[in-house]
Amino acid sequence: MFFAAETAETVETVLKSGWFLENAWLIPLMPVIAFVLIIAYGKKMPMKGSEFGIASLLASLAVSVGAAYQWIQRVDSAAPEAFVAPVIKTWTWWESAGFSFGIGQHIDGLSLTLLVVVTLISTLVEIYSVEYLRGDIRYTHFFGALTLFSAGMLNMVLAENMIQLILGWEIMGMCSFLLIGHWWEDGANSRAALKAFFTTRTGDIGLLVGTSVLFFASNAWTQKTLGISGFTVRGLSAWALSGDPGHAAITVGAVALFIACIGKSGQFPLHTWLPDAMAGPTPVSSLLHSSTMVVAGVYLVARLYPVFFTGMNILGTNLNLIVLIGGITIVIAAALAFVQADIKKVLAYSTVSQLGYMMMGLGAGAWLPAVFHIFTHAFFKACLFLCAGSVSHSASHHSFDMKKDMGGLRKFMPITFATWIISTLALCGVFPFSGFFSKDEIIDNVGHNGYTMFMVLGLTGAFLTAAYMTRATYLTFNGKPRGAAAGAHDSHDAHDTHDAHASRGPHESGLLITVPLMILAALALGAGFLNPAPLGEKWERMKHWVEPRPEVISPTGISVMASGPGEARVLTSPRAEEAKHESPCGTTTPTGGICVAPQLDHAPFKWSKALMSMLIVFLGGFLSWVLCVQLYGKKNPKLVGLTQRNKALGAGYLFLQNKYYLDALYEKVIVHGIAHPVAQAVYWFNQNVIDGVVNGFGTVVRKVSGWVYRNVDQRVVDGAVNGSAAVAQNAGSAIRPIQSGKVNQYGALLFGAAAIGALILVIINT
Amino acid sequence: MEVLSDNNWALSVGTFLPLLGVLVMLFIPKAQETATKAVALITAVATLGVGIFTLTQFNFDQAGKMQFVAQTNWISVLKSTYFVGIDGISLPLYLLSMVITVLVMIYSWNHVPEPGNTKAFFALMLILQTGMAGTFIARDLILFFVFFELVLLPMYFMIGVWGGENRQYASLKFFLYTMFGSALMLVAFLALFFKTGAESFSIPFLIEQGAGISRNAQIWIFGGMFVGFAVKVPMFPFHTWLPDAHTQAPTQGSVILAAVLLKLGTYGFVRIAIPILPVAAKEWAPWIGLLAVIGIIYGALGCLAQTDMKRLIAFSSVAHMGFVMLGISTLTSFGMNAAVFGMVAHGLITGMLFFIAGSVKERYHTLEISRLSGMLKQMPRMGWILGFCVMASLGLPGLAGFWGEFPAILSAYQPAAGLSEVTFRIFMVIAAVGTVLAAGYLLWLFQRIAFGEPTAEFSGDSHDDHGSGIHDVNVFEWMAWAPLLAAILVLGVYPNLLFKIIDPAVQGVLSAFGG
Repeated sequence: MFFAAETAETVETVLKSGWFLENAWLIPLMPVIAFVLIIAYGKKMPMKGSEFGIASLLASLAVSVGAAYQWIQRVDSAAPEAFVAPVIKTWTWWESAGFSFGIGQHIDGLSLTLLVVVTLISTLVEIYSVEYLRGDIRYTHFFGALTLFSAGMLNMVLAENMIQLILGWEIMGMCSFLLIGHWWEDGANSRAALKAFFTTRTGDIGLLVGTSVLFFASNAWTQKTLGISGFTVRGLSAWALSGDPGHAAITVGAVALFIACIGKSGQFPLHTWLPDAMAGPTPVSSLLHSSTMVVAGVYLVARLYPVFFTGMNILGTNLNLIVLIGGITIVIAAALAFVQADIKKVLAYSTVSQLGYMMMGLGAGAWLPAVFHIFTHAFFKACLFLCAGSVSHSASHHSFDMKKDMGGLRKFMPITFATWIISTLALCGVFPFSGFFSKDEIIDNVGHNGYTMFMVLGLTGAFLTAAYMTRATYLTFNGKPRGAAAGAHDSHDAHDTHDAHASRGPHESGLLITVPLMILAALALGAGFLNPAPLGEKWERMKHWVEPRPEVISPTGISVMASGPGEARVLTSPRAEEAKHESPCGTTTPTGGICVAPQLDHAPFKWSKALMSMLIVFLGGFLSWVLCVQLYGKKNPKLVGLTQRNKALGAGYLFLQNKYYLDALYEKVIVHGIAHPVAQAVYWFNQNVIDGVVNGFGTVVRKVSGWVYRNVDQRVVDGAVNGSAAVAQNAGSAIRPIQSGKVNQYGALLFGAAAIGALILVIINT
Repeated sequence: MEVLSDNNWALSVGTFLPLLGVLVMLFIPKAQETATKAVALITAVATLGVGIFTLTQFNFDQAGKMQFVAQTNWISVLKSTYFVGIDGISLPLYLLSMVITVLVMIYSWNHVPEPGNTKAFFALMLILQTGMAGTFIARDLILFFVFFELVLLPMYFMIGVWGGENRQYASLKFFLYTMFGSALMLVAFLALFFKTGAESFSIPFLIEQGAGISRNAQIWIFGGMFVGFAVKVPMFPFHTWLPDAHTQAPTQGSVILAAVLLKLGTYGFVRIAIPILPVAAKEWAPWIGLLAVIGIIYGALGCLAQTDMKRLIAFSSVAHMGFVMLGISTLTSFGMNAAVFGMVAHGLITGMLFFIAGSVKERYHTLEISRLSGMLKQMPRMGWILGFCVMASLGLPGLAGFWGEFPAILSAYQPAAGLSEVTFRIFMVIAAVGTVLAAGYLLWLFQRIAFGEPTAEFSGDSHDDHGSGIHDVNVFEWMAWAPLLAAILVLGVYPNLLFKIIDPAVQGVLSAFGG
């Protein structure tokens, strides 16, 4: 459809909008205000500030849901295959070099998906925390940081441009630092906090560099074509598909940005910070380090998808950096989950692995399944973490050690157990739980797009996922209670402020904990039906609402017109429907307009493939169950201690225990190397070489000046110098010890030298 | 250049009013300390008042033009005139110097360092204020030089009299080092004067004439200025006076030094060296950029090796000023804007960090990082203020530091036409690595000082009563710090407050480079 030349055939549609869509920028703003209130008045409030946080998040949730509803109406008001313009607003934030750069909102299906998820989970987690952290020494601070975190995430999600995105990105990083180190009296916690911030910050080099590269590469084009800067999401997307970008610039930019995503989303090889981040309180793990913050990297790839699509040549070859890193991460992280005794660390590695699925999907052109997986994963993973928290809160006396302090909790905690099982099934991708519809779609589409090897990796990951989750379930809920769960007291916990429940033995948690669990479990069960591929196109609502339509549009077609709130007008051609599969977006240069989304194909759903992957999952679960029963239940002597007897297995176990020695490499070699020998050497150089030169120069000058004083000064220069010296000595009578006379001499000397030097310079250059 | 000269008294009054205060103070007996302090503070506040008047009368739509211009005969034998004016680059720095002086005085109200002598201490701060403000408004090279040097003496005495144990060495080093730089700078100024026909020292005149100087002569003259300004910034390898001066200086001295004095150097580059000698600037730019990025990494590594909190902050200045100089060396308006913003941001943030270091020293009588721990436990407010400043200093978006740092990195991707893109892109990546190191040393500092439990020495558990004097932020500290903290936040959230006025002025400076 080349409407620019064929205006007669085009139809003008006014897209619907509404108050919520227009004012979505309020969503991050409200938690910011709540943060200020918590810091200022939190401690004086009856609920110690948590009421501000929860109220603001509820309000943000309401606006998000309202906006999502209006977005759906907006989509429905457009022709079936017409591009649905995002609702963009911008205000001047800073200006430089004659350009002005904005801050605002970029609202479309993708950002709304995340907005709803983040506000919903944030709200539930804060409600949960009211009970979970009751009596904590820094209760108010906790809610402050958690609320500010949500604001940062929400701001990143609706960012209109890269700088705004960086703002949210870094605020999340800072809040993560504060929350991981929440119990900072303990050195281990503060070190974990430092590690998390530092590792993600290392990745952020890429964010700064990538943003700069892309800005300068695209700014001329975006200013000319769209009148917006090369920081904007819209501008960058359109530019990436315009055929304008030089190959090198966009590739470098995309790779640099992806490095930041590796750091933030815990992808191999920068995943090592995420398990350590479990040092934070469980609600933090649940919100930041599983369902929201760590998907920031995935979100960035999805948000600027055209940039990565072109820059990494996705679909053009059968290997690219994103799909590779994603695929490796799936397996590498899943393997590590087997050797963990800490239930939260199992979930942490599981998160890393699932983020790998999302990345792999994006890298293989499965955009919608990946985004859908962000959506479903958020619910079941948040639920799993909160279940782990519930267990430690009410049964295992604040311990997270599955082997030592849990077991047999199925009977004592029926709700926690039920929600855990639902979420586990969702995570493993069992039909009809939500994970099935997203994860299976990723695997299916990865294979469909020709990345066969990565499809195999995905299936391997599914096998491993089922296996390690079975192991965790067995250790936690089956068998007999051990350690703290059995009532044994352990004094390892410094943060325990309420011992009452321990004496009661393991029991179910209160409503403030179980209600969020049940809500999340319900979503883990049902959320998949928003896009159930097996039921056919008509049911795939997520695809309908969220996936941007790869149409060529006029440069002005996606801008908000001044005529009324959000009345974007979209020019569509009646022929659009037939033209669907001929969209040039992503493959050739669009003429007469721009593209902001590449044309992607969807794998047709086949029950045979689905059944095969289900079989793999059941196999993983079954084998793991048998092993667990033998190993942990019956203590089969053939299996217990096998890693000590068999050298090969022992080596493998040690390799996993040491996390592939990556931590040792980073901490012991790189960080320790820079912080100690290198820094010390530089400082030695500073003190002895550079300063040595300075001091040596000083000594020489002093000797020379002594000579000059004796031989020249006393005879030749007297009047002026002596006069000024007298003045200085009178004024500085209080300062006699500082050899003011000497200073004077040097001064006079230097000025004399200056005059001579100037003269020489002038003579030489005349 | 078109100039606006309404209210042309404002700058002169704003600059010389502190000297009037010093004059009044001379007649107050030494024993009447409160009266002395009151006069000094009132003078500083009145000066700030004039500054704020200047701000309100400033024509923001014409921020690129010199305003409040006044010119009159001064030293006619040298063809030097008293010529002052202010534009979007100088205004923020001019006001910064006034604000810092007032805040430092508030802080000093009950923090006069050993060995006392309140009168001299406050008088020196006022003299310093005149020198700083004068440097930022001078439009004549001799006038600039006089103000630039005027700053030196009070600071020399401040370090030498009220400083720490090693004050004599530090103050002498500071004085001589800067003097050495100044001498070369003066050489350059004189050479410039002669090369342009010995007609005038006026900066606008020299900007017109300077481009006509032969390439070789420009490079030499620029070299002289470079040393003078680079020592002040300080740029690697001329920085070694800074850690000593900072560590030995009293808190007030460190704050003023970090917040304003270092900016005299970078300001010199922006205002004098680059616009007057555009050809030489292009030749020098890659070398300046190189020293800037070396400074970024080197300063950061120096920080990691420190065991003393104050010395660490001092080294961090080397790294942060590296970002400013990197921005300047690109010779683009992106870079210059970042640099000027960075000057203000660094002034606020590092000034604040030195304030905190001073207060920590006062309470714990040590700045040894290994002996400090658990500050958040003993002084939660102080601890969180430190956390805030650390975050600002490492360039967290939403706080002022980011807007000096990120745009500087950004600008290095595309330097001015004629400069090597490859070279500057390498600089960009190195500078970006510097941000990681900055996060490393600052958070490490924060983790070691603020987190954890207080050491036995100060927790009150041991038999010494070291811990007894430790109290949280007091009212004078709040009064001195609150404006800085607010400014860090406000400029971080809405940077356009500054960019809007800097940008047009920077475009003017760079007009020699074709925009």
